[in-house]
Amino acid sequence: MRQLIIIGSGPAGFTAAIYAARANLKPLVVASSVEVGGELMNTTEVENFPGFPEGIMGPDLMAKMQEQAEKFGAEIAYDDVTELDLSGDIKKVTLGSGKTEEAESVIFATGSAYRKLGLPGEDRLSGYGVSWCATCDGFFFREKEIAVVGGGDSAMEEATFLTKFASKVYVIHRRETLKASKIMQERAFANPKIEFVWNAEVVDVLGDGAVTGVTLNDTVTGEKRDLALEGLFIAIGNDPRTHLVHNKLELTEEGTIAVDGRSSRTSVAGVFAAGDVIDPHYRQAVTAAASGTVAALDAEHYLAARGDAGAPAVTSDQLDQDALIETAV
Amino acid sequence: MTAKATTSATFEQDVLQAEGPVLVDFWAAWCGPCRMVSPVLDEIQAENPDKITILKLNVDENPDLAMKYQITSIPAMKVFSGGEVATTIIGAKPKFALEQDLAEFLK
Repeated sequence: MRQLIIIGSGPAGFTAAIYAARANLKPLVVASSVEVGGELMNTTEVENFPGFPEGIMGPDLMAKMQEQAEKFGAEIAYDDVTELDLSGDIKKVTLGSGKTEEAESVIFATGSAYRKLGLPGEDRLSGYGVSWCATCDGFFFREKEIAVVGGGDSAMEEATFLTKFASKVYVIHRRETLKASKIMQERAFANPKIEFVWNAEVVDVLGDGAVTGVTLNDTVTGEKRDLALEGLFIAIGNDPRTHLVHNKLELTEEGTIAVDGRSSRTSVAGVFAAGDVIDPHYRQAVTAAASGTVAALDAEHYLAARGDAGAPAVTSDQLDQDALIETAV
Repeated sequence: MTAKATTSATFEQDVLQAEGPVLVDFWAAWCGPCRMVSPVLDEIQAENPDKITILKLNVDENPDLAMKYQITSIPAMKVFSGGEVATTIIGAKPKFALEQDLAEFLK
């Protein structure tokens, strides 16, 4: 049985692993079988992570975080969690390989997944012209006319990146103003290959075997029109990955895992959460990393309190969380 | 055992004229998910040496084939049988999911 299992391998997961490893908690990081490194693996230059004035490539930043975690003794499992049992005092984490790991505490840092438009054509043509990752798939749209749906920083970044390949990039946004940071907006506005389509909602993705266009609904006039395209990149935000903890942990109205104030404590003793899975507002690499630190420190206090009191012979229902934290102090 | 590579030059022989099913993995060095799925495919090949042949095709080096098979997202895995595409799998998936997708060839 372990002291701590960390589920997730983005900035939150690896930062929690660094702190937990340095506290001698010997954490196991369940890093995912094919998505190690989280969202930053799908981006190019990260220019706003402090300490890197020249910028750093997303995958390089994640590789360094992993290296740092392993240097202090974190163990990495390139596997997925298929089942989670948080009901007992000892938490049970079942992996894709079939193995079940047991731990006194768990940090849940699974991040958020690309949000979909929710249209049937979108799923049907996913991978056949519909994509959520410009850096992954932009390569295949050389000299083609494509579109990015969205109005935030990710949408601007993707659109700008895609102009390296595409002949034209439409940015389709359902309002007249962008949510993106000023600097990203300016870059997009200045790019001659980018054309903005304002007040437009995508209501259908067209094509049979490959994307041929989209149907747009004007959010002001209600008029519909078709726009011919060979590629559609969706950048409308993210949804927290909480399916493993449905009915096990309390969630907020936004669908993120509920935590106590600015701590990482969830509704279950011994279970902590960090990163985008608890944060619907800021969702930056550095806020996720900070959140991972909080979770590791909270887990450390929790384990220290158990160490002092011995492993309780009671279930998590009967544990008084406040009493535990006071004992640790 | 790692799966072997195929190229434009050898595709006809390696894939289209092969006797049994051949899974072609379209990948590139800059594609993170491709790198993650590569060892998974190696494992599947090692565990099923006679049922299916798994070959890797670098799209940077063989863009003509990527275009011919209308690849717009990688990793893309196409299983060829009798020279025709029998199944297409798009995106990195864990081993059990790939095995499910390939069930008809692995039984």
